[in-house]
Amino acid sequence: MASITIRGVKKNYAKTQVVHGVDLDFASGEFVVILGPSGCGKSTLLRMIAGLEEISDGTIAIDGMVVNKLEPRERGCAMVFQNYALYPHMSVAQNIGYSLKVAGVPAAERTQRIQAVARVLELEHLLDRKPMALSGGQRQRVAMGRAMIREPKVFLFDEPLSNLDAKLRVQMRSEIRKLHRRLNATSVFVTHDQVEAMTLADRLVVMNGGRVEQVGTPAEVYSRPASRFVATFVGAPAMNMLEGEVTLDGISLLGGSRKLNVSRTGLAVGAKVAVGIRPESVRMVAPGTPGALAATVDLIEELGAGRVIYVDLDGAPFSVVTSETVHPEPGSTIGLQFAEADLHFFSSETGGRLDVFKVSVPEPALQG
Amino acid sequence: MEKRVTFGRWTIGILFAVPQLLLIFTFFYWPAGQAVYWSLTLQQPWGGGNIWVGLDNFRSILSNADYWNSITASLVFAAISTGLAMVIALVLAALTDRQLAGSRLYRVVLIWPYGIAAPALAMAFRFILAPEAGFMAVVNKFWPGFWDPGLDGADAMASVIIAFSWKYVGYNFIFFLAAFQAIPRSLIEAAAMDGSGVIRRFRDIQFPLITPTIFFLLVINITESFQDSFGIVDIMTAGGPANATNLMVYKIYSDGFKGLDYSGAAAQSIILMLLIIALTIVQFRFIERRVHYR
Repeated sequence: MASITIRGVKKNYAKTQVVHGVDLDFASGEFVVILGPSGCGKSTLLRMIAGLEEISDGTIAIDGMVVNKLEPRERGCAMVFQNYALYPHMSVAQNIGYSLKVAGVPAAERTQRIQAVARVLELEHLLDRKPMALSGGQRQRVAMGRAMIREPKVFLFDEPLSNLDAKLRVQMRSEIRKLHRRLNATSVFVTHDQVEAMTLADRLVVMNGGRVEQVGTPAEVYSRPASRFVATFVGAPAMNMLEGEVTLDGISLLGGSRKLNVSRTGLAVGAKVAVGIRPESVRMVAPGTPGALAATVDLIEELGAGRVIYVDLDGAPFSVVTSETVHPEPGSTIGLQFAEADLHFFSSETGGRLDVFKVSVPEPALQG
Repeated sequence: MEKRVTFGRWTIGILFAVPQLLLIFTFFYWPAGQAVYWSLTLQQPWGGGNIWVGLDNFRSILSNADYWNSITASLVFAAISTGLAMVIALVLAALTDRQLAGSRLYRVVLIWPYGIAAPALAMAFRFILAPEAGFMAVVNKFWPGFWDPGLDGADAMASVIIAFSWKYVGYNFIFFLAAFQAIPRSLIEAAAMDGSGVIRRFRDIQFPLITPTIFFLLVINITESFQDSFGIVDIMTAGGPANATNLMVYKIYSDGFKGLDYSGAAAQSIILMLLIIALTIVQFRFIERRVHYR
């Protein structure tokens, strides 16, 4: 068990900088998920912790000891790779036991520990097979076993589930979670899949363009996104964003066609803002309901348990998630309602969250 | 549905194969058959037909100490030059794969030697390794008599081995490098995470994974060292001194075209062919077992 401290870490490749100064603290035994789109520097950050990439600037410390100059093997981390990276010429048992063999653990103890790990991962009947003869899920488990057997201080996962099919992914997700509860080692898990991130994380780190956008529990990140990027990246379907401008008595939306009554506090008239609302916070009502916003239905996606209704709001795309059994026809008009407490405000310039707004008019929040 | 192309009538398939079969027959089976026929007859130097002599040619060759000397020289040449060319190429490829400084340069420069014709290359090495001028002359100045491939058989053998290996280092290097680069980077990284150092990783991961290439190059290098050595030997030593570098392939030429013993030369070429076949079978039987195909 170990804490990880990351201070001002940067990564340059030749002239391009891919990680721009990251500061993070991972507590001992914590399961941290780093979430971000491809190219955001999340894997690079993970590989710098592992020692597979050089750290251009800043420091990474594991258990208080700066590891910048240490070889991967000296850092006490184990890593599960995206493509599993199993040694194709070795059997499952040899794959799992390789690190022990390198460390010079006697054969008898090695066998015993391989057996123990195989039992946990239900790989006992596969120990003599070569990776070629395994299914994707089994390979994944062997890769986990190889990481587990060393009893590392830190587990690093580099998108380990992205090569699995959807069903297996859900299953492996809960297995990883269970495993973490058992071993209680500090785990850093990198993914671009927000469902994976939300379900696995004790704490979520959202990255974009080589910077950390937000750190928090999945619930915090979902309910109080720190930036416009986080708001639209976390949650599916993505949060609706309406561009607006601060006026004397509120916010004028969508180039002035709609208006939001709020008392401005601290923002200059004319400031550009983005107003966000999650599709699942929007209620669908009959058109013409007082205070409801009229919109035209574009497309309906059936999810089984509910449906996503994509509507057109004066040319801006907008989506609604509903579990009601109403089936509006595409092209028809519906009314939309939402509570002001569910609104999020972001600066159009910096993308940062604005909490200075107090919605003053209780109902209706929006005037159509 | 069947994915590959199939022919409804077998005659069409045969027609497609005919040009290739004709080429193989004309340039391989026919000459080889002729050689077998000649080896069993006595060709008269001034014409006048062949006389059937059965295995007499083989008997006379195999009872000749010169010929056994040639076989030994060929085996020594094959073993040392193959070993040298492969080990040097393997080391260079391993270093290049690690992206050490200058690796780009190696990659381009190292393929060139293979493109040079054997006689041109041999000519260059004749000058480079000349005892009377250049680098070896300096060595000879400090250790008089140390190096003289014109008089010392071992020195002459070393010269042809150096020239031949130099040519095949480039060839082997390209294959080794391709094999190294086909190993997924993450395997090396996984081994690094497992605590394995550079040398250990090479031994446990990279080396086993390039065994198919090593095996292929071993077969090719040994075969070529029996055949492709002709031009180098001809220019550098002409088989001398005192037959020290009279390799089998060179002896076929000198006995046949200089000594005008066509039948004996034909018999020698049959023996050389059988030797290469035997060596290749041995390699497939005993070495291929240790190859890990992915």
